[in-house]
Amino acid sequence: MQPIIEQTSAGLYCPIGDFYIDPSRPVHRAVITHAHSDHARFGSQNYLSSVEGEHLLRLRVNADAEFMFVKYGEVVNRGGVKISLHPAGHILGSSQIRIEHRGQVTVITGDYKLEPDPTCSPWEPISCHHFITESTFGLPIFRWPSQATVQDSINHWWKTNQEEGRCSVLYGYAIGKSQRLLAGLDPSLGPILTHGAVEKGIQAYRDSGLALAPTRYVDQTLTKDLIPKSLVLAVPSAHGTSWLKRFGKISTAMASGWCMMRGWRRRRSMDQGFLISDHVDWPSLLKAVQLADAEMVWVDHGFSQVVARYLNDNGQPAKSIGRGSREENEDEQNINAILSTEAAS
Amino acid sequence: MIRFANLYKQLDATTKTNQKVAALVDYFSLVDAADAAWATYFLAGNRLSRLIPTRLLRQWAAEAAGIPDWLFEESYHSVGDLAETISLVVPPSQSQSDRSLTDWINTELSPLGQLPPQDQQQRILEIWSKTNTETRFVVMKLMTGGFRVGVSKGLLIRALAKHSGVSPDVIAHRMMGQWEPNRESFEALVNPDETGWEASKPYPFCLANPIPADKNINHLGDSNRYIAEWKWDGIRCQIIRRESQVFLWSRGDMLMENTWPEIEAAAEKIPNGTVLDGEILATNSEGSVLPFDQLQRRIGRKRVGKKLLHEVPVVFHAFDLLELNSEDIRQLPFHSRRERLEVLFERLNDTNLKTTEVVQANQWQDLTEKRSRSRENLAEGLMLKRLDSPYSVGRVQGHWWKWKVAAETIDAVLIYAQKGHGQRANLFTDYTFAVWDGDALVPFAKAYSGLTRQEIQQVDRFVRQNTNDTFGPVRSVTPQLVMEIAFEGIRKSKRHKCGVATRFPRISRWRHDKQPADANTLSDLHRLIESYREPSSDQ
Ligand SMILES: [Zn+2]
Repeated sequence: MQPIIEQTSAGLYCPIGDFYIDPSRPVHRAVITHAHSDHARFGSQNYLSSVEGEHLLRLRVNADAEFMFVKYGEVVNRGGVKISLHPAGHILGSSQIRIEHRGQVTVITGDYKLEPDPTCSPWEPISCHHFITESTFGLPIFRWPSQATVQDSINHWWKTNQEEGRCSVLYGYAIGKSQRLLAGLDPSLGPILTHGAVEKGIQAYRDSGLALAPTRYVDQTLTKDLIPKSLVLAVPSAHGTSWLKRFGKISTAMASGWCMMRGWRRRRSMDQGFLISDHVDWPSLLKAVQLADAEMVWVDHGFSQVVARYLNDNGQPAKSIGRGSREENEDEQNINAILSTEAAS
Repeated sequence: MIRFANLYKQLDATTKTNQKVAALVDYFSLVDAADAAWATYFLAGNRLSRLIPTRLLRQWAAEAAGIPDWLFEESYHSVGDLAETISLVVPPSQSQSDRSLTDWINTELSPLGQLPPQDQQQRILEIWSKTNTETRFVVMKLMTGGFRVGVSKGLLIRALAKHSGVSPDVIAHRMMGQWEPNRESFEALVNPDETGWEASKPYPFCLANPIPADKNINHLGDSNRYIAEWKWDGIRCQIIRRESQVFLWSRGDMLMENTWPEIEAAAEKIPNGTVLDGEILATNSEGSVLPFDQLQRRIGRKRVGKKLLHEVPVVFHAFDLLELNSEDIRQLPFHSRRERLEVLFERLNDTNLKTTEVVQANQWQDLTEKRSRSRENLAEGLMLKRLDSPYSVGRVQGHWWKWKVAAETIDAVLIYAQKGHGQRANLFTDYTFAVWDGDALVPFAKAYSGLTRQEIQQVDRFVRQNTNDTFGPVRSVTPQLVMEIAFEGIRKSKRHKCGVATRFPRISRWRHDKQPADANTLSDLHRLIESYREPSSDQ
C-alpha cells in the first residue's frame, strides 16, 4: 500500500490533492482539524474546516484568507481525492479528516477523545486503511476517571471555598477546556467570572449556537462583595500574576490530563488538580486503533514511539511520525505561563 | 487507610506549613492512638523493612496492567516515582477497603515478608484489587520505602504539640531514641504531664550569618572586637551534662545516641550542670582533622563497631559554654564564656574533648591571609564571633559570622542528562559534566542544582533536540553546552572513572561565552588536588 499522505517539513501533505493537514507554516491549501494554535496556524491562503468550528477558526487565522466550511460528512473533491470531515470530539468543530483516493482511505484524527462532551459533536469511529492518530497521553498511566465524578468534585471544591471565604480560580485552555468546564459547573452556586481570553472563547461558542451558563467578564466594574462566592475561569498563564490580586483570598486549580502525574501537579504549585482531558487516554487510544481496523497506523505527536512499538508488538503495523512530543510543548507553555510575571488581561 | 491516604493527599497538595499542620491536627483528632502512632512513625521518616523486592513489584504491576516490561519502564521514566507508576498503571478498583492503618500494617503488609513469592504476588494483587489509585499509591509508598511528603520533623512536632497541648520541646524530646509505633508510645508522646525531661533539654542553637564572598570585610568594624576560629565541616553538637547523665544534641533537635561513644564516655568527666556547644570532628592520631566523608561513615548506624572507632576517631571541639554550675550564662559576653570554658577544659584534660583553636591575627589583612589558607587546614573558611555578644537564639545579625573561602570552579561540558524526580519528573534536570583528557571527554561530576527555571527549560529543550543515544533513562547529548561547576572539595578516587571525586558539585553559571574546546582538562583537576593536600584514600 502506497500512502496517499506523506510527511513534509510543513506537516502531513497529500500530493495528489495538493493540500496540507494542519500545516506548521503558511501554505497554499490547508485542511484544519481544529482551532487550537498548534493545529490552526496563521498565514495560509485557503482553509478548509468544519462549519461547527467556523467562529473559532476565524479567531485564529487571517481574515483575508479564503475559507470553505463544510458540514460533517460532506465530501469535497480535490484533484480526484475525496475529502470529508467527521467529528473528533476534542473541542467544538474538531474534525477527523477522511481522505479517499481510488478506494484507499486515510483518516487523520487530529486531537480527539471518545467520551461525550456537551460542547461538541461526539467522536465517531471510521474504518480505514491508513490511520494517523495523536498520542499526547499514549502511556498506560493515563486513564481518565468518570467525567461526571470529576465535575462533581469541581463543584464541591467551589462550594468548600465559598464556605471558607475563598474565591475559586480554575485554569483551563481558553478554547475548548474552559467551555467544557463551564458546561459542567453548577451555576446555582454563584457567579461565574471569566478572564479575557476565556470570555472570547466563550463568546465564539455562543456565536456558534451553543447555550452556556451566564458568565461575567472580570473588569473594573466588578464589585468586591461578589468575589468570595465566585468561580473564575482563567487561562493557566494568569497563575502567579498580579491579575489575581483583585480576588483576595483564592484557591487555584488546574484542569488537565497531566494532573495524573504528581510531579506535574506539584511543579505548578496549584492547590488542586482536576483530571479532565480532551485527548484520548491509553484505553481509548487502543480502542480507536482497534475500531479503525487499519493496515497501517502512524502515530503522531506525543508518546508516538512508545505507542508505535506497543502496536507493532501486538500485531498492528505502526510507525512513529512524532515530531517532538506534545508533552514537551505543552509543558513548555505551562512553564512559560508560570514564569511569566506580566499581568495577563 | 483511606484517612491516611487522604492525609497524604492533603499534605502533598499544599506547600503552606499552616495548612500542613492543620491537616495533621485534623488527622490526629480523627484516628485512634494506634493509627496516630503509625502515622507519626512514617512521617518522622521511619519505614517498614523492605518486604518485597521492587523488581518483583514492577513485574507484577506490568502483568496486572497487561503491558510488557519495557512499557512499564517507559511509564516509570515519565512518572519518576515507582509507587506512583504502579498505582497508575494497574487498573483502578471498584471496591475500597476501609480497614484502619494499623490493620493494614499488621495484617496486610508486615506478614508479606515471610511468604513465598507466589503467595506474595497473590496478596499484592488482592491489595491492588481493593484500593483506588490514591490509597494504592500510599500503600505502595509504605512498601517501597521513600515516604516523603514535605513534612519536616519540626512541622510534625508542631502538629503533635497543637493536637495535644504539650509543649513542642517536650514532644521533641519524647520522640528521641527508639520510638515504637504503638498505642502506648503515642499516648506517652502526647501525655499532658510534662515533668521529668528537663535534664536533657538543650538550648536553641546560635547560628552564624554568612559574609558574602565578595564583600569587603572592613564593614564588620575593628577586627579586635572578634575572635576568629577555623570553620570546620563537622557535626554541630551541644553536650548536656546534668543529673549525672550525658545527652548529645545535634542541630535540628536530634538526640544522638550510640553514635559517638568516646565522646559520651569523656563527657562523664564534665561536672554536672554544664552545657557545651561545639563541633564533632574526625581527627587522626596526630590531631589533624579528617575530611567530612570520613566522619560521615559514623553517622546513621545503630552501633559503631570497633574497626570504625579505630579508623575514624572523633574529638569534640568546644567553642562555647552555655551553662555552668546549673546556671544559664548565655547572656554573658562571649569573651567571659570563653574564659570559663578554657578554665573548665584545663581541669578536664581528655583527648576526646578540646577547645577550638583561636586563629591569632592582628588585622583584617592578616586574617584575610589566614583565611586564604583554609584549605590547607581542611577548613571551609573562618568563623568570626563578636567578643561582647551574648549566645543568641537563631541567626541574629552581627554576632557570629561565617567567612567561607570561595568555591573552586571548573569549566566543563554537558554530556549526559537525565530526568529529575518528584517535582522535576518531566524535565531533564540531572546532568553529567565532562572535562578533556587528550581529545576525549571524561565524565567527572554530576550536578543537579544551580540553574534558574528558565535555564533549566532551555537545557531541557537542548537535550531533547540533541540526543544522540539513550541508555535507559540517560540521554547522551552532543557536547556543546559549557557550564562552570563549583565544588567544595576535590580528591583522588578509585571509584570514579576519571580518578577524581568532587564534593558538592553544582552549576555556578552557564558559560554561553565558551566553546567545548575551552573547557578544563583532567590535568587541571589533578593540579587542584595537589593544592588541597587531602589524603588520597577512597574508602
Ligand atoms: Zn487540540
